Amino acid sequence: MTSTITEENAGPPASLEKLDDAVIRFAGDSGDGMQLTGNQFTNTSALMGNDLSTLPDFPAEIRAPAGTLAGVSAFQVRIADHDIHNPGDSPDVLVAMNPAALKKNIGELKPNGVVIANTDEFNARSFKKAGLENDPLEDGSLEGFRVFKAPLATMTQRALEDSELDRKSQDRCKNFFALGMVYWLFSRPLENTVEWLRRKFARRPEIAEANIKVLKAGWNFCDITQIFQVRYEVDSAQLEPGIYRNILGNHAFALGFVAASRRSGLPLFLGAYPITPASDLLHELARHKSFGVTTFQAEDEIAAVCAAIGASFGGALGITASSGPGISLKSEAINLAVMVELPLVICNVQRAGPSTGMPTKTEQSDLLQTLFGRNGESPLPVISASSPKDCFETAMEACRIALKYMVPVMVLSDGYIASGSEPWRLPKLEDLPDLRPEIRRDPVGFAPYRRDETTLARPWALPGTPGLEHRIGGLEKDDGSGNVSYDAQNHAQMTRLREEKVARIAADIPPLEVDGEPSGKLLVLGWGSTQGAIKGAVNAARAKGLSVSAAHLRYLNPFPANLSELLESFDRVLLPEINTGQLALVLQGRYLRRIDSYPKVEGRPFSRDEILARIEQLLEA
Amino acid sequence: MSTEVAALKKKDFQSDQEVRWCPGCGDYAILSAVQSVFPELGIPKEKFVVVSGIGCSSRFPYYLDTFGFHTIHGRAPGVATGLKLARPDLEVWIASGDGDAMSIGGNHFIHLLRRNVGVKILLFNNRIYGLTKGQYSPTSEVGKRTKSTPVGSLDNPFNPLSLALGAGATFVARSVDVFQPHLKSVLRRAAAHPGTAFVEIYQNCNIFNDKAFSNVTDKQARTEQTLHLEHGKPLVFGKERRRGIRLKGVDLEVFDLVDDAGIEECLVWDEKVASPTLAFALSRLVPPAMPTPIGIFRAVETETYESRVVSQIEAEIDTKGAGTLEDLLYGGDTWVVD
Repeated sequence: MTSTITEENAGPPASLEKLDDAVIRFAGDSGDGMQLTGNQFTNTSALMGNDLSTLPDFPAEIRAPAGTLAGVSAFQVRIADHDIHNPGDSPDVLVAMNPAALKKNIGELKPNGVVIANTDEFNARSFKKAGLENDPLEDGSLEGFRVFKAPLATMTQRALEDSELDRKSQDRCKNFFALGMVYWLFSRPLENTVEWLRRKFARRPEIAEANIKVLKAGWNFCDITQIFQVRYEVDSAQLEPGIYRNILGNHAFALGFVAASRRSGLPLFLGAYPITPASDLLHELARHKSFGVTTFQAEDEIAAVCAAIGASFGGALGITASSGPGISLKSEAINLAVMVELPLVICNVQRAGPSTGMPTKTEQSDLLQTLFGRNGESPLPVISASSPKDCFETAMEACRIALKYMVPVMVLSDGYIASGSEPWRLPKLEDLPDLRPEIRRDPVGFAPYRRDETTLARPWALPGTPGLEHRIGGLEKDDGSGNVSYDAQNHAQMTRLREEKVARIAADIPPLEVDGEPSGKLLVLGWGSTQGAIKGAVNAARAKGLSVSAAHLRYLNPFPANLSELLESFDRVLLPEINTGQLALVLQGRYLRRIDSYPKVEGRPFSRDEILARIEQLLEA
Repeated sequence: MSTEVAALKKKDFQSDQEVRWCPGCGDYAILSAVQSVFPELGIPKEKFVVVSGIGCSSRFPYYLDTFGFHTIHGRAPGVATGLKLARPDLEVWIASGDGDAMSIGGNHFIHLLRRNVGVKILLFNNRIYGLTKGQYSPTSEVGKRTKSTPVGSLDNPFNPLSLALGAGATFVARSVDVFQPHLKSVLRRAAAHPGTAFVEIYQNCNIFNDKAFSNVTDKQARTEQTLHLEHGKPLVFGKERRRGIRLKGVDLEVFDLVDDAGIEECLVWDEKVASPTLAFALSRLVPPAMPTPIGIFRAVETETYESRVVSQIEAEIDTKGAGTLEDLLYGGDTWVVD
């Protein structure tokens, strides 16, 4: 079905339909403001109480040639009246601002899905740029979808006839026409976006008012023409009671680190160098200077981590954040932190590699680098975040371990988590852990490497403390005195101690919980950002009557103490990873347990259905 | 407290670790000068932190009874920057060498200087890699025959002072390991400088590059070929101080104060002048055609990086109020689920 929206062909009032779950994808040129449009829809839906999950998908190029496939930027948001775990496999509604956006995204649209196409961009020139032979709106290729043709630019200009804005600025408002239409389609109020525009353009009210006018025009247009014939409602979700906010993964990290700073009583110091997709952590922390946060944009990745180590030596909570290529550069300095046993948190927001790889695409392929990618025997704790909101708790936990055990801790996230968002039930302040570290002040009996008997942590003795003058460095240390030592037995002992210190953390972390039966035919094991897709797949499998359990690892070194037993309790263990099977390799080597590795390296997260299909396949076999 | 500080002696700064440089190494003289100057500064011993990278020079922290951090190759400026930003109250000194600071750590070196972080950086320049047993360095002269360049090195050297001035250093000086009183006076000046203080120290490696600076340290060169930079005084040198430095176009030239022209043509040294142009021209003077300048090339005061960082945080707190955990978490767009 194809319809052109005009006021002349206004139809009968649309019928109202309730949906429990809907996925909307806004797609356009990089300059079309699709991320912003999607975020507005998300925030409004959040305030309406929907559960939601988002997936931005933007090109690495700031402005790839307009109208080309390379320049397509998309934002997917899933809203639901129940608890959801991922941004959905395929959209119900696709907004396509140009032919390239249509071509790139139509393949994933659900059968009978809605396409809103900006016909002003559907012309011979744009078809050529998108590599299309014919007009897809006319050549029958959209058979099976509900296509609504809307000349967004023309209608935007018409709405702004009285505006004093120049034509180019007027044209920039057209994404708000589309947003107004989608708001109408999903019965969303406009107020939240109207207020946001007035705040955002407080100094340029003419821009705010133009966008508001266009937003309303888009909404009114649908209301007058009733062109969609059906209108949707998605009720608010029955979420756990509490105060919520929508949060991006990288922002949750930032808040987690500031919270850790507050709860430890230590000033936060971030050393960082811009890199996709980790930069937002730097941006967000740079906004929090009034919390006593120091952000240091260093000359390179190496200086960034070194500065964090220096700050930590001085008694700050030193952290650094990067992505794979930057982590490679930091490796030598991370090893210095391993040797000098100072607290440090290193965030790796992973992206598709190797080398520069695909900076804006997600992957979990730095696990082996994290565990083994440094010279010498270099153990360090590794923990991973499993969703955007989980980054908060992960950050705090990383700081807890770093401060308690005097050790660098690696935190793994990825591009999917970093730029995705979901509602986050805010923790109660009194529930946040006390992270105050032990700082050595007494010179009596002090030795820089005399360890705590339980944690094996060495004392943290800050410069400026009389009587505690001491030297640390990358050379092997004498156990206790910390003097340089080339003694053979001492090196063996220190190597063992560094390993033992990390291993002991296993007694200080919760056991791995199983979702479902504690033993049986199949366990789906995951780590990091696969959590949402796995949860969705496992729930769907159970709905089909299949018996399947799931467990999700946060701690990747040391592993939870019960992991070995758990692996033995199931006939088969399915392990989906966005890499070629890195955790599977580690588990198989460590526990001599066969793992059904399910690798995927397409720069994209798993869909629920992919994992569901694999579950069904394994249970049938 | 002040009496305690005043009571510090050289031996208070000597650690219990056996010094393990080769006998005759210039590093001993530098260590001795630093250990002599530190107790004079009126700073409590526990406030000193010596940070180093890798190389012979970078063993320095082990021999000083202060806080010390022997980091990784070339990265001392990074560690020192983080430390100074976190703890502006500390007195942070970096010990580095020509390989450490000019080669593997070149990037950090220039960025430390451009930021004007309030730390001191001592460059032990022996124009050779000593710890790795004798390869040419980025300050070795072209044609240097070493283990890694048996038929002569091909690349042009860095001039550390020119590099530092180009990077915007606010304090630039040069001294020589064996010129103890001069070295100590330069170290005192460096200690007093509020921003990054860079001191190049000609240091003899008697094993792999002996007499690299004989054109400065030889008895005759000391009097004939060394130009002492003294603020407010004319640039004269040589026996009977009869040779002077004057401008010729945009360059410097040597002239004879008796035969060529009078003292009034001689440049009067101004280390505090805002423009680094003349300091740069002086940094390019090399023997034998020219004398070797030693002393303070530049000493201008601008706000330090750590001071700006602290001020910015304070200003944000003034404007927005000190952030609380409640603001942090609950301050955005929130909604309530009952």
